[in-house]
Amino acid sequence: MNKDAERIIQLRNVVKSFDGETVLDHINLDIADKEFVTLLGPSGCGKTTTLRIIGGFETPDSGEVFFDGVAVDHIPPYKRPVNTVFQKYALFPHLNVYENIAFGPKLKGASGPGLTKKVQEMLELVNLKGFEKRRISTLSGGQQQRVAIARALINEPRVLLLDEPLGALDLKLRKDMQFELKNIQKRMGITFVYVTHDQEEALSMSDTVVVMDNGQIQQIGTPQDIYNEPKNAFVADFIGESNILDGQMIEDYVVTFSGKRFRCLDAGFGTRTPVDVVVRPEDVDVVSVERGMLTGTVTSVTFKGVHFEIIVDVNGFKWMIQTTDFVEEGAAIGLYIEPDAIHIMNKSEFSGMFGDYSSFSDELEHLSDVEEPEDDE
Amino acid sequence: MKTAVKNRDGRGVSLLRRIAAAPHVAWSVLFVVVPLIFVAYYSFTDREFSFTLDNIAAFFTPRYLQILWRSVKLALLATGFCLLIGYPAAYFIARADAKKQKILIMLIMLPMWMNFLIRTYAWMVILQDKGIFNSVLLSLGLKPLKLMYNEGAVVLGMVYDYLPYMIMPIYSVMLKLDPRLVEAASDLGCNGFQVLRKVVVPQSVPGVISGIMMVFVPSISTFYISQKLGGGTFLLIGDVIENQYTANNLHMAAAISLVLMILLLAGMFVMNRFADDGAEGGLIP
Repeated sequence: MNKDAERIIQLRNVVKSFDGETVLDHINLDIADKEFVTLLGPSGCGKTTTLRIIGGFETPDSGEVFFDGVAVDHIPPYKRPVNTVFQKYALFPHLNVYENIAFGPKLKGASGPGLTKKVQEMLELVNLKGFEKRRISTLSGGQQQRVAIARALINEPRVLLLDEPLGALDLKLRKDMQFELKNIQKRMGITFVYVTHDQEEALSMSDTVVVMDNGQIQQIGTPQDIYNEPKNAFVADFIGESNILDGQMIEDYVVTFSGKRFRCLDAGFGTRTPVDVVVRPEDVDVVSVERGMLTGTVTSVTFKGVHFEIIVDVNGFKWMIQTTDFVEEGAAIGLYIEPDAIHIMNKSEFSGMFGDYSSFSDELEHLSDVEEPEDDE
Repeated sequence: MKTAVKNRDGRGVSLLRRIAAAPHVAWSVLFVVVPLIFVAYYSFTDREFSFTLDNIAAFFTPRYLQILWRSVKLALLATGFCLLIGYPAAYFIARADAKKQKILIMLIMLPMWMNFLIRTYAWMVILQDKGIFNSVLLSLGLKPLKLMYNEGAVVLGMVYDYLPYMIMPIYSVMLKLDPRLVEAASDLGCNGFQVLRKVVVPQSVPGVISGIMMVFVPSISTFYISQKLGGGTFLLIGDVIENQYTANNLHMAAAISLVLMILLLAGMFVMNRFADDGAEGGLIP
């Protein structure tokens, strides 16, 4: 009971479908007070729908939503202690910047110098001092986005919902705003629920990351947990780069993959259990063939600035390795993997779908495409 | 109505385009510009076609001003009722699902496919002393009412005939309203009524202005409705124009038309200044 008290929002077995297609499949989620939570996943994973259910814009088909332990299923958006920063901002075009920000407080009866002061404070918070009289249509995307944040924050919500708020901004501005948003959240001490498909954004801003796919939560954890201890092949692949190999847990601390035995730090999987093995590209050491635990041929080398990204063919499986030492294409090299670089995962529905870099050139192309922000899920 | 436009590559208007636009230009000149010149010419001349301001001066006498005032009053009433009925109707239609919207718009448009005169006669059949409405009252044992030949009947006729012109432009603006704005208002603390008042209504101003003009202009110049449903017991400005015309006093008819047109243009100009403050999206730019 006491534990529930600090949980400001709880979702219990939330199911939602549109036109017979299940968008959310039994979502269970606890959000703690003053936490920065990110819902992360590819297009159509259900993250925006989850946010809209918390905001009250969608009603779950079944399951319940609690605020402070009280069910809110039939409470309309305007009575919930949350405010939303919408995708593409949804600012009122018939009002100027001041009127947009003052919209919420005015509804609650605020007026006069008190309100003016408060709006000014908000404008200062989002670095838009002196923009009071500007029309919305004269603002840039970044400025509109700041107005949207100010318009939501001035209501002093306990929870701020943000739906891909940086999706329409260019890379540089996005980085700056990430930093600013995190600062605002710390300073105001309120809960942020943030939706994005950008894994880097999620890792750098969040206290807790919720990885979603196919309407289900795949993993909940701190950014470090999610990166270092992915629960399944989907999470390992979606967050950063991963070599994911088919393996077998022989006994505690011993695993085989690629036809070799390796020491590892994982235990409790039983004996002779089929597992997925994750090795991050930066955790593999390139050594001479004689010293290598595995040996392979370099098939491609890409200079990335800080390091080289090389693809190594080991008995038909293509590894991605990030190394600071230059190796030549076509060279035979050895791979050395420390026990703490090996991470063991149970087999899942995603096993075998990700983690081999055979089609790397395609994937590279795909990765370099800037993903369009999704309009609706 | 631009007839001369530049090509996409900016090389001016090609011969082909000029030829394509020619019928349109000819049509406009022949049936809009030339008649307007005639109207102006007749307004400022007497029967001997020598210049005079008498016709214009005659309009600004109590007799005509009183008729003008009555026309303005009835047209305003009709416009007001159209807005009162049309706005909620447009809102309701725009919020219905796509299939229902099509049916509802059809129902709004359907009466307009019938002749204007027939629609007005239909109201006469309903409202006459021994008409449908009074027959129903009689059969219920109630006293028949005097429904026709008063200003109310004329306003009713105008509202009935011009209501679609109010609904359509408002509906088209409502369709373009971003549903996220409604959600944002609701998120910031608006209940259903406040969402309407603070977001939907201000954003639909251009449609409302278009609708008002599209109803007010034909209402103020109508003559048929007032003759049939008003029974000729009182005149509207349109009736006066028609009377002068049929009495072969083209110069006076032209003068009244010209003054009315100038007053309407001035009115539209003022209205458009209001519209400039609102969002875009009305039918009249």
